[in-house]
Amino acid sequence: MMKALGKAALLLSAALTLPVLAQAQDLGQRLPPEGGVDRVPVQGSSSPQADGLTFTVTDENEWQDLSIAIPAFATDRDQPTPANAQGTAALGRAIGQVIYNNLRNNGLFRPVGPDALPQTGFAQVTAPTYSVWSARGNEMLLQGFVRAGADNRLTIGCYLYDVALRQEVAREGWVVQPGEWRRAAHKCADLVYSRLTGENPFFDSRIAYIAETGPKDNRVKRLAIMDSDGANHRFITNGRSTALTPRFSPDYSKLLYLSYVDGNPRIYVYDVGTGTQRLVVENRNPTIAPRWSPDGRYIMFSMAVAGNTDIYRVPAAGGPVERLTDAPGIDVGGSYSPDGRSIVFESDRSGSQQIYIMNADGSNQRRISFHGGRAATPEWSPRGDQIAFTHIAGNFRIATMTPDGRNLRHLTNSWQDEAPTWSPNGRIIQFFRTERGSGRTALWQVDLTGRNERQLPTPVDGSDPAWGPILP
Amino acid sequence: MLKSHHLVMALAAGTLVLGGCRSRAPEELPPTPVPPSTAPGTGVGTGTGGAAQPGTQAHFEQTVGGQTVIYFDTDRYNIDSADQAALQAQAQYLRQFPNVTVTIEGHADERGTREYNLALGERRANAARNYLVGLGIADSRIRTVSYGKERPVALGSTEAAWAQNRRAVTVVIN
Repeated sequence: MMKALGKAALLLSAALTLPVLAQAQDLGQRLPPEGGVDRVPVQGSSSPQADGLTFTVTDENEWQDLSIAIPAFATDRDQPTPANAQGTAALGRAIGQVIYNNLRNNGLFRPVGPDALPQTGFAQVTAPTYSVWSARGNEMLLQGFVRAGADNRLTIGCYLYDVALRQEVAREGWVVQPGEWRRAAHKCADLVYSRLTGENPFFDSRIAYIAETGPKDNRVKRLAIMDSDGANHRFITNGRSTALTPRFSPDYSKLLYLSYVDGNPRIYVYDVGTGTQRLVVENRNPTIAPRWSPDGRYIMFSMAVAGNTDIYRVPAAGGPVERLTDAPGIDVGGSYSPDGRSIVFESDRSGSQQIYIMNADGSNQRRISFHGGRAATPEWSPRGDQIAFTHIAGNFRIATMTPDGRNLRHLTNSWQDEAPTWSPNGRIIQFFRTERGSGRTALWQVDLTGRNERQLPTPVDGSDPAWGPILP
Repeated sequence: MLKSHHLVMALAAGTLVLGGCRSRAPEELPPTPVPPSTAPGTGVGTGTGGAAQPGTQAHFEQTVGGQTVIYFDTDRYNIDSADQAALQAQAQYLRQFPNVTVTIEGHADERGTREYNLALGERRANAARNYLVGLGIADSRIRTVSYGKERPVALGSTEAAWAQNRRAVTVVIN
């Protein structure tokens, strides 16, 4: 009991003597509930099935050149569906389009989409006419079907074939509510990607970020979320007060972020299901830089006490605040290793921002960045093998290093790129780019090769992207 | 009983923290009591020519000769001699009008990462606050808030603009 209080909990006792702050609000409408995606068995094809990962290519360049035909998904009967005003046939085309855009926009394979291909009949989904596709020069064929049930729910089947070998490579099926048809399309894209590269999936996931509007000296900053491809965009806050630095909980049920809604920078946890939020720490000190532990049980954050910022953690369900750092410099931000045992964070205790690692209880703090310049905003890869960060030496560049501080690689080179966040599989990094002069911001992403860099489509300017894990 | 124990520990911990970075520790620790937000967000603007009402921002600015803002070097938060002169003028005003309370807003330039700049703004605001407390102003009269790089006054992306944005602004709470 006393031991637990020794290093920790001091601030909590101070907090308890203060009146609870009135909870100001800047929240929009609660989001509609979701039904999720159920996996269902689908009818097998007439083609022989490939055994094992025949098509996993280890050299990235080989699969990058793979030509994949993605015709519109077929439907057994064109009928009305709440998912598409023109019926299930049009929906099948839209599904093919989502998959095609996923692969094309991320520089994966050489996909050919529904608009450039003949329509596949429903019967052909399980019995492809291989000669058509080999004549077109396609090495792989991704096709499928969509079927509306009496309850409006959709069954979507996804089949991947090797055209040259005339073999089925993979198939899966899902049942979704009509409003969630895109999730099945993302799962189909994930199936193709995983099966052909041997990597973990990433398309069926979401991004939280800060939507920005207005002039440089009066920016409106709103918390917003969207699917990994930018669809289903929703604002969470109304923009009356500045919102910053969101993070999805590992199960997507909550969002941590910073808000000035009561006039001070403080971190809140927003409950997606109820559309309400609460202060993470009932305390009059400014709290910033909220992060989840990988199991969602702890919230790590930074707090300034008498001007000095240190890193703390608190159980997500509430409980004593535990202090993790006590250096006289600024200790801020941070990111847990995927196993939850270590934390990488930034500190200016050496005189400038640099990156440090410590055990999850705050012990064994040691600097790992020695690259010249400043090093900030470290984010541990979900694979555990890399740390992405902002390297500041002239330009602000997105870079990676291994957790021992070696193997520095720069992935971008622009005037100001900052705040990297990892795709669920650790192959792609998103960040935000600020334009010199205007101060305009945009979300960007780059893959680990550094070759595929692109701006993400957002309705307005964007900053502070936070990519969540694969959806549950 | 337990509670007073904690308070002593909290005081000790707070003093240790501060001792490491600043020689001028405030009298009381920990944290600044922060009144619920009533302050207007802006700290900029110049006093108008006419006779302003005592206890208003305009009167404060007039009386301290416009010295409501102090400036910092990149990533620094030390109070230099120009800052000291400004803060002494502010302290004199606060002694003259003992009912006036203020917010010190800490800011950073755009050439830093967002979260570090929030921490840096807080450190700057607190440095200004500590100096005023050292001059005898009760810390209960001074609230701090950091805006990091979120509220620039100079809009260019130049050294001159950044120098204007690395600032701590004292604003009268009405």
